[in-house]
Amino acid sequence: MEIKILTNFFKRMFDNLFSNKKEIKLGFYGPPNAGKTSLANRICKDFTGEEMGSVSKIPHETRKVQFKEKVEIKYKGKKMTFKMIDTPGIATKIDYEDFLKYKMSKKDAKERAKEATQGVIESIKWLDDMNIVVVVLDASENPYNQVNITIIGNLIARKIPVLIVANKMDLKKTDIKKIEAAFPEYDVVGISARFGDNLEEFYESIFRLSKKIK
Amino acid sequence: MSENKLGTLKGFSIQFLPYSEIKNLDSNKRIRKILDIIIANNILILQGRLTSAEETRLIGDTMAMIGYAKNFKGIELAVISGNEKEGFFSKLTKNLANALVGGDFSAITVIGPATIVKDIKKNPKKIELLLSR
Repeated sequence: MEIKILTNFFKRMFDNLFSNKKEIKLGFYGPPNAGKTSLANRICKDFTGEEMGSVSKIPHETRKVQFKEKVEIKYKGKKMTFKMIDTPGIATKIDYEDFLKYKMSKKDAKERAKEATQGVIESIKWLDDMNIVVVVLDASENPYNQVNITIIGNLIARKIPVLIVANKMDLKKTDIKKIEAAFPEYDVVGISARFGDNLEEFYESIFRLSKKIK
Repeated sequence: MSENKLGTLKGFSIQFLPYSEIKNLDSNKRIRKILDIIIANNILILQGRLTSAEETRLIGDTMAMIGYAKNFKGIELAVISGNEKEGFFSKLTKNLANALVGGDFSAITVIGPATIVKDIKKNPKKIELLLSR
């Protein structure tokens, strides 16, 4: 009995000394409806059994920054602990009338638009707090959107390591080469958060990126 | 073409702003000046570009204005720059030159109110403005 307690004590000591105790703040950024929450949910579900937030076809479903602490990602015998931060989509325009086509009442649409504008402001404020950022783009959309360029430009200026994820690769009209051409200096990983395709490459890239934290 | 086919374009004007007009302004005043132009229903063509921090600030301030300024629904924004596809050394020398003259004059920034500019389609070589009727 004493031996077991002693063994556990030393094991804990050893783990604390040599494991990467500090949580890495991993942010999910990108335009609305690119699949940030879908990807964050997929990771959380795989490693904690719980999801992070709700997803919807209606843009700006995530209107508040959401967190999941102590998410331990294990990949090929290695493990790292992350604080996952899912942010509202960044947009340059928000029109409540766009929500009306989803059969939403005018009052709800206006409320959603108001919350969405505040969500964008909140996302921007959080940029400074990230250790690494995954920029999630919809691979079926034009990557030369200025919002994408602005977000990535900001992360470079702050020296925050960036991984670009080309999501929705399960759709027919996706073009990962276009994203790679738009951001030639960055790793681009094509995935489908919806179906969990190519997450192995994603985890490998995240582990590699974590080594670049300054 | 008849007016019926085209629809009616809402009144707007296009303003060109030389970089010298904002060069000596701090970030707050630059963004204020730009937003004042946009909220008055103008499409702005700016010589040069804002820093990435200023662009982000512009997006944040734009969001804060939605719901406060009448009929303001945000902006469409695009930057086209001559050095986007250049190599490291070329970029480095150009950045150095930009720092000396006080801005990236090879770039052009187009900003319009979302009520007038429905979309800006951009590829590395051109910007296309789609206007609302």
